[in-house]
Amino acid sequence: MLNPLVTTRNFLLIICITLLAACSGGGTGETRVEQGTREGVLHFGNGTEIQGLDPHIVTGVPEHHVIQTLFEGLVLKNPYTLEIEPGIAERWDISDDGRFYRFYLRPDALWSNGDKITAEDFRWSWQRALMPALGNLYNYMLFPLVNAEAFATGAIEDFSQVGVRVIDEYTLEVELNEPTPYILQLFDHYSTFPVHRATIEAFGTASDRLSQWARVGNIVTSGAFELVEWGLNSHIRVEKRASYWDADKIQLNAIVFYPTENLTTEERMFRDGQLHRTEDLSLDKIPVYLRENPELIEIAPYIGTYYYMVNTIRAPFDDVRVRKALAMTVDRDLLAETVLQGIVAPAYAVVPPGTLGYNPPKTFGFDPAAARELLAEAGYPNGEGFPAFEILYNTQESHRKIAVAIQQMWNQHLGVEVSLINQEWKVYLTSQENFDYQIARRGWIGDYVDPNTFLDMFITDGGNNKTGFSDPLYDQIVLRDAPAAQDRDARYELFHQAETILLEQMPIIPIYTYQSKHLKHPSLKGMPANIMDYYNYKYVYLEAAE
Amino acid sequence: MWRFIGWRFAQSIPVILAVITITFFLVRLAPGGPFSSEKAVSPQVQAALEAQYNLDQSMPQQYISYLADLARGDFGPSFKFPGRSVNELIFSGLPITAELGFYAMLVAVFIGGLAGVIASLKPNTMQDYGPMGLAMVGICMPSFLLGPLLVLVFGIWLDWLPVSGWGSSSGDKILPSITLGAMYAGYIARLSRSGMLEVMSQDYLRTARAKGLPEYLVITKHALRGGLLPVITYLGPAFAGLLSGSFVVETVFQIPGLGRFYVQAAFNRDYTMILGTTTFLATLIIFFNLLSDVLAAWLNPRLRYQFKKKT
Amino acid sequence: MTEATQTGQLMEVPKGVSLWQDAATRLRKNKLAMFGLVFLIFIILLCLITPWIAPYGYEEQNLRLGATSPSAAHWLGTDIFGRDMLTRILYGGRVSLFVGFIATAVALVIGVTYGAIAGYAGGRTDSIMMRFVDILYAMPFMIFIVLLMVVFGRNILLLFLAIGAVEWLTMARIVRGQIQNLKHQEFVEAAVSIGLSSFAIVWKHLIPNALGPVIVYTTLTIPSVMLLEAFLSFLGLGIQPPSSSWGLLISNGVESMEEYPWLLIFPGLALTLTLFALNFLGDGLRDALDPRSSGD
Repeated sequence: MLNPLVTTRNFLLIICITLLAACSGGGTGETRVEQGTREGVLHFGNGTEIQGLDPHIVTGVPEHHVIQTLFEGLVLKNPYTLEIEPGIAERWDISDDGRFYRFYLRPDALWSNGDKITAEDFRWSWQRALMPALGNLYNYMLFPLVNAEAFATGAIEDFSQVGVRVIDEYTLEVELNEPTPYILQLFDHYSTFPVHRATIEAFGTASDRLSQWARVGNIVTSGAFELVEWGLNSHIRVEKRASYWDADKIQLNAIVFYPTENLTTEERMFRDGQLHRTEDLSLDKIPVYLRENPELIEIAPYIGTYYYMVNTIRAPFDDVRVRKALAMTVDRDLLAETVLQGIVAPAYAVVPPGTLGYNPPKTFGFDPAAARELLAEAGYPNGEGFPAFEILYNTQESHRKIAVAIQQMWNQHLGVEVSLINQEWKVYLTSQENFDYQIARRGWIGDYVDPNTFLDMFITDGGNNKTGFSDPLYDQIVLRDAPAAQDRDARYELFHQAETILLEQMPIIPIYTYQSKHLKHPSLKGMPANIMDYYNYKYVYLEAAE
Repeated sequence: MWRFIGWRFAQSIPVILAVITITFFLVRLAPGGPFSSEKAVSPQVQAALEAQYNLDQSMPQQYISYLADLARGDFGPSFKFPGRSVNELIFSGLPITAELGFYAMLVAVFIGGLAGVIASLKPNTMQDYGPMGLAMVGICMPSFLLGPLLVLVFGIWLDWLPVSGWGSSSGDKILPSITLGAMYAGYIARLSRSGMLEVMSQDYLRTARAKGLPEYLVITKHALRGGLLPVITYLGPAFAGLLSGSFVVETVFQIPGLGRFYVQAAFNRDYTMILGTTTFLATLIIFFNLLSDVLAAWLNPRLRYQFKKKT
Repeated sequence: MTEATQTGQLMEVPKGVSLWQDAATRLRKNKLAMFGLVFLIFIILLCLITPWIAPYGYEEQNLRLGATSPSAAHWLGTDIFGRDMLTRILYGGRVSLFVGFIATAVALVIGVTYGAIAGYAGGRTDSIMMRFVDILYAMPFMIFIVLLMVVFGRNILLLFLAIGAVEWLTMARIVRGQIQNLKHQEFVEAAVSIGLSSFAIVWKHLIPNALGPVIVYTTLTIPSVMLLEAFLSFLGLGIQPPSSSWGLLISNGVESMEEYPWLLIFPGLALTLTLFALNFLGDGLRDALDPRSSGD
């Protein structure tokens, strides 16, 4: 047997040598960000590891960021104004009744393998996106098209009845159920992006989720960049594609995406010069950056609302007075100023204010005295006899902080006993699905910029209406009257009415309007803040700071 | 001896089978499925998804077809990452976690063992308290605290070492290895100290000393072997802990290892991935437990004798 | 008869009270251990009388005040809700100590019994029992706990059981190893030869002789249980806010350690010092109880 001490000594020696070798290599002068800026390589903190790159399968913001570099749809958006810009379609005509769109595709748009991108590519891709067997969670993005929903639910099997027609190689016609003012925005969503049929069919059937087609080496893409490397949980690298129709405008040579699910780590990577941009920033860090490096932090309104939903089926929350009393005793200003570090706007309605000119009603405010009266009317003077209840939230630091503060506010102003439960994400979703909650935290990010993306959640038995709220008039307005409205003002007026009904019933307690928050290196340009947190990589460039 | 090892191997097959079975049914009992999402999923989409992953079959059917695939070495497709097989995911994370675990183990065994032995030589003096105090610090610090602290000091303030990554810049393996190994170093230091003290009070050591053997020989030739016995028994579980505990370190340092996949899979309800990693890790852990038992047996003369009698 | 006198002598040691009296005397001489004991008693007392001595209410918030560093009004500062940290640490200690002691007790009872039976029985029984331990070892711990907390609901008792169920495994292995070693020693063979029952041999001879490592491991288990509890809280499966434990306070403090270091330092100190005290005490007990070193 070996003498243990001898082996120990040898191993210690090895360790020391390894450590020394490793240390001596560290501390080179240039950081990754500086090198990237010099070489035109953007280092992008991207939240979580992406699920995949098939535009008709994945969901989620990190996936969105990568897919946008690889694929392009009919149109794009200007990152400064969010106005629609031509994408693969160089122009389009709209019929007078607003139900027919004719897109003229640019003949110089090519797939990354050199094939032409044609109208047939779009038709086939949308057929695929709607195929019931594929299980596309975002298939509803195409539902404004005639018969699209019927095809997706399997009611009809003949895709030629769906409102998309190939007129010729480069002309595509779309027929809508009704004029849908936000339809062009949907054509910039990845679920409507074209995919390359021959590639997909070479690796399996159109509806095969297990296909390998979207992997490095296999994937054929339509966008400004092409996929070069994909290390799981490590990084994804995309590089500029010379055959892209607008390649002259692309200023970045490459983008590297890093999964950064831990906020502390992400912030440190940024500080260490490893990232040009972070996906998020923890609340605690905000005042520090605002104070010491305000030029590095970017905070902007985001089209999303943070709210508590109330299970209106269960007593005592089936009483609207109780719900109102709770809503009126959340001191949103105090919450925004303190726990939320003064960067968010209090919300009193579900649609964020200023959503393309729409301003939501404000039917109530912070009013503890009136709230106590309402609670007394409901039979609980000073909270006496009010059963103890729970606030449910999914495990996350910021949700915890908000819940702790609101718990105290309700206890203080209404005298009710509140406890908190946090649940791991999937459990939390299941609890909501089964109405196994009393009050639950919830957030909603708009799919497009229009009040409809918020208000159609609360139609009777809507898939995202987990509150039990049901109002025939509300359904009538949102589902039938508003889509048929003649102009924007009339439409907004109807939405205003609907939202007022919602707030009168108070199945949800709005808390604040989301803000996007990122750290950005000064060399990163052309990535302006906007309410969609939308980037158009054509505008992005890197320029070393002087 | 070899028969003993072979026998133990044979025994571990039903163990692994039991692990697979329990996990298979437990994950399906947990609330939430792989496809539950914040956005409402229409019944058609849900049905299509379940059909693609055979979740529309009955549970016994699913179980049998899973075992059949497993017998061919196929862990099945991942539910979360379309187009990726669990085998691929495991083998992309495993080398990294194994490397991390190996370095952490080096840190734990050599720093911990050395500290324990040094402390045991002069109990209740500064030579004892110093290393043992450090060992305590190692044990008391959760890795989610130690990791960020080390990064703050060495990565940000001193700027000596990278704050994250694995093999992407030089020196980025040091902090994660120390973070992961620290706790086990503390345990091993304590175990080896108490083991050494135990042994040093035994008759055969007193005999050895009485024979006039120099102290360093007493220690290296006699004491270490018996004194480190508890440490060796501990290595199996320690390795298991390293493998399953690497998740925090992998998250803090953005290391693309198996632990991170595993925890992501649990939170995503990626059934095949949970089962695959569990089965795989369980097999590894059982193997290492076996190894540490065999080592312990080999180092303990009395037990060795027992083996001889048996075989 | 020499044989009889020999066994007679052996019987006396574990049976008589002198061993424990001896141990107590030696423990009292060990300054570090006594310090540990006194500190522990002090902490436990503080936690017991917390409701009467805490300077502020446990949930008392002052959002406008926010996080402030230590001052005359708040000796250990306040957290981001303006809650007094001293109060929260005192209350958190109650939870942490409770979890630590109870869960360890669960692990201890199960582990020692199980390990002793396996080690003494040997052969097939031993190998079946240890295979069962292997199964549990190889169980995916995370999922096991997540499932337990989720399927059967969340409560603190379940937390003890879950932690105890995990922690007893190593205890069982250690005890089994010790017993295996011990049972071939002469005094056990002697006890067998005079016809003592297996239960008596295990209970009176083997377990007391294996106490050293058991105590050492127990002192290691209490801190690791407290850490495990923190880890669970970290994953959102442990203590529910606004209740708290030291572990939870620390894991919250980590996130803002650069901005509000006192939110990390004070709970960290409380936990570390308590764990140190536990370990000093454990070591002292080990030295005091070890029957072989006492034989000198």
